[in-house]
Amino acid sequence: MSNQDINNLLTKIQERYLEDVKIIGEEAQAALLVESHRLLDALEFLKTNESCQFDMLRNLTAVDYLEYIEVVYHLYSLPLHQSITVKTRCGMEDSQIPSATVIWPSANFQEREIYDLLGVTFTEHPDLRRILLRDEFDGHPLRKTYKNGNAGKGGN
Amino acid sequence: MQEITGLFRIAKVLRDLLGQFIPDPQLVDICMSLINIGAIFTIISLTAVVLVYTERKISAFMQRRSGPNRVGPGGTLQSVADMIKLMAKEDIMPAGADKWMWVLAPMLLFIPAAAVFVVFPFDNKAIFADLNIGIFYFIAMSSQSVLPFLMAGWASNNKYSLVGGMRTVAQMLSYEVPMVLSILGIVMLSGSMRMSTIVAAQQHTWFILLQPIAFVVYVITATAEINRAPFDLVEGESEIVAGPFTEYTGMRWALFFLAEYANLFAVSAIATTLFLGGWNGPWLPGWIWFFLKVAGMIFLFMWFRWTFPRLRIDQLMSFGWKVLLPLAVLNIIVTGIGMYIYEFFS
Amino acid sequence: MLRTETFTLNMGPQHPSTHGVLQVILELDGETVVQAIPNMGYLHRGIEKLAESRTYAQFIPYTDRLDYVSSMGNNLGYCQTVEKMMGIKVPERAEYLRIIMTELNRIASHLIFMGSLAIDLGASTGMMFGFRSRERILDLFDMACGARQTYTYIRFGGVSADIPSEFIPELQRFLSDFPAMLDEYHRLLTGNEILYHRLKNTGVISGQRALEIGLTGPALRASGVDYDIRKVEPYGIYERFDFSVPLGQVGDCWDRYIVRMEEMKQSASIVAQALEQMPEGAVMATVPKVLKPPAGEVYHSIENPRGELGYYIVSDGGVNPYRLHVRRPSFINLQVLNEACQGLLIGDVVAVLATLDSLMGEVDC
Repeated sequence: MSNQDINNLLTKIQERYLEDVKIIGEEAQAALLVESHRLLDALEFLKTNESCQFDMLRNLTAVDYLEYIEVVYHLYSLPLHQSITVKTRCGMEDSQIPSATVIWPSANFQEREIYDLLGVTFTEHPDLRRILLRDEFDGHPLRKTYKNGNAGKGGN
Repeated sequence: MQEITGLFRIAKVLRDLLGQFIPDPQLVDICMSLINIGAIFTIISLTAVVLVYTERKISAFMQRRSGPNRVGPGGTLQSVADMIKLMAKEDIMPAGADKWMWVLAPMLLFIPAAAVFVVFPFDNKAIFADLNIGIFYFIAMSSQSVLPFLMAGWASNNKYSLVGGMRTVAQMLSYEVPMVLSILGIVMLSGSMRMSTIVAAQQHTWFILLQPIAFVVYVITATAEINRAPFDLVEGESEIVAGPFTEYTGMRWALFFLAEYANLFAVSAIATTLFLGGWNGPWLPGWIWFFLKVAGMIFLFMWFRWTFPRLRIDQLMSFGWKVLLPLAVLNIIVTGIGMYIYEFFS
Repeated sequence: MLRTETFTLNMGPQHPSTHGVLQVILELDGETVVQAIPNMGYLHRGIEKLAESRTYAQFIPYTDRLDYVSSMGNNLGYCQTVEKMMGIKVPERAEYLRIIMTELNRIASHLIFMGSLAIDLGASTGMMFGFRSRERILDLFDMACGARQTYTYIRFGGVSADIPSEFIPELQRFLSDFPAMLDEYHRLLTGNEILYHRLKNTGVISGQRALEIGLTGPALRASGVDYDIRKVEPYGIYERFDFSVPLGQVGDCWDRYIVRMEEMKQSASIVAQALEQMPEGAVMATVPKVLKPPAGEVYHSIENPRGELGYYIVSDGGVNPYRLHVRRPSFINLQVLNEACQGLLIGDVVAVLATLDSLMGEVDC
């Protein structure tokens, strides 16, 4: 899929959502930035609309940018052979994002991993608990503000 | 070698020797019984030692490896080293285990495994006890080994052991029935349950030629009775981590192991006696033929173990009840009809 | 009141068949599974956090240890991601060497799958045979890069060193012996009635559900979905090779097994083609000593033996990545365990786990 095609697709989607969706990044790194309250709506549209048909959630991860946490969705369409990146942001303190498990059940473990390591709470997730670290673990290690000294606290 | 043409000869020589030193014939009998018991335990121990090494070597050669080759020449002392190791291990009992049942289980398992050795015809007239219910005695004693598995499974206070114990009961009971029915065909042909009569009836034709279906059914059910692959889901290592044996260590585990190999020898000996003509054979002394045939059967059982994956519990049950049992019953019907026709025409 | 109850059996982190340290909490009704909940994290080493304090080049050995059975693939994915960010072009010979190594690694990984499946189901001979063939491949890797399991052979801009002169004759010997080896395995395992009945119609996952739940790799293809990144979004020089992608129909354990056996054959064919076409030349492009990819982000994925292995790297222009996330196929594939095991027996749980072929180093990262 060429950069021009990507841009066309993004522009089309952005027009549908106006101010709740912005296009960020240039060329191959272009992505849709969606407001979190319109997230599920946009993802549903991306999955079901005929010109989109993004039936596969390839990757779901999050990045800590110190002022906000950005959750990144990489989607792929098997019938149309196109891919798209969708992002949304949440604050550091009250980090809540609607869960995408209703649309793609494959988001289940990946959202649990983001909750575990970065502290983002996904509302309406069927089973939101820690997955890689032990349940009593204190803190979210992948955050930039996490200090390694916390590991010694309370024994291993 | 000429003077030891029969094991019976040895027994007779011993008896005469004892008779010279001990005047009372009954005391001589008691001494001979003690010597017999000692001989049985010797045979069982030797069997276990030899079979452990044999199994490891055979499995290694089937898997393109070399097997034990460090301890002793060609690794032959490996079993001895293993025994020493097992005796030196710490004896751990799981907390919450039902003490007496847990301790008794391996011993109760070993007893029937040892007790069946008295009815094996090693040679002409060389049976420790030529009972007139010979084969029935074997079936009855080998059925006793179901309960100690269940005891071990329950008393270990461990869910894996419990699952293993439950599986044992299901498997061994299900496969007892076709085994008994396949043996029934042999009893019909030879007209007696006495082991020496059965062997004598095979002087001209081995029963495997007359009862091929019974042989196949017997071999399959025997594999299931001694819990070897493909029917080893009782101790299916990759699922329930040794099942009822999980919590046993050291000499207690060695007893289970010993019982397992004694059982292997036992079912091979029965197969030899019932189907392969016992100690009958030209040129060589009878007991050599017996051991050769038993060795052949043991190799067959080992071959099965190292080739086949294991069956699942529901597949095992349905195979036993829906395939083997009808086959065994069919065999009896055909044998009965065949015998009637044979008598009618002669 | 006489009633039956379900009980919880802990197929704990220490178990012969969980392929590493995975805990599966089984709720059983007799021998039937009511629930099978995987519990992971016993091998979590914080690799993604470590990446943020290592330079890009220092991170390559860490990628080896993710899915430690297919290290070449892990290296390849990471190096290609960084090359995409930096716009580095890899020389021809290096591209062919990468293909040869990753496809050989695919064969080795599937041989481990076959061996573990065999021994989990009781046919330990299958494991010995599979590992024996794998030794030939490990000897080849040892010749090329000095390591048997964690290679760090594929680097930014190419491969670390050219292959020695004994490599190609040894590889040709292996390729000519391999079809006979595969035949032997098919005779021992595929032709075995007991194995067939253990695996057939066990753990069925429909194509639609497989796609939804995020399965990738042979498990997805066994359910009938034609998604192989080597064909769909070719990376490296995969367009130049002629190979087919085996697909299953039902999505049961048997299909997952057969798909992987077929893939081994296809990989051997790719290696043979690569060997023919490989030119002489340099094996490493000119790459700056200190790598500072421009600020931005990239996501790149490859087809690893277990599924789609993806790397998402966010760079802030410095020598360390700002964020590095690994999209791990074994981790996401494990989501299907609970529903695939509903109503099966304990023995089937083992078969399903073996055919999902998860590797804990990758699941826990």
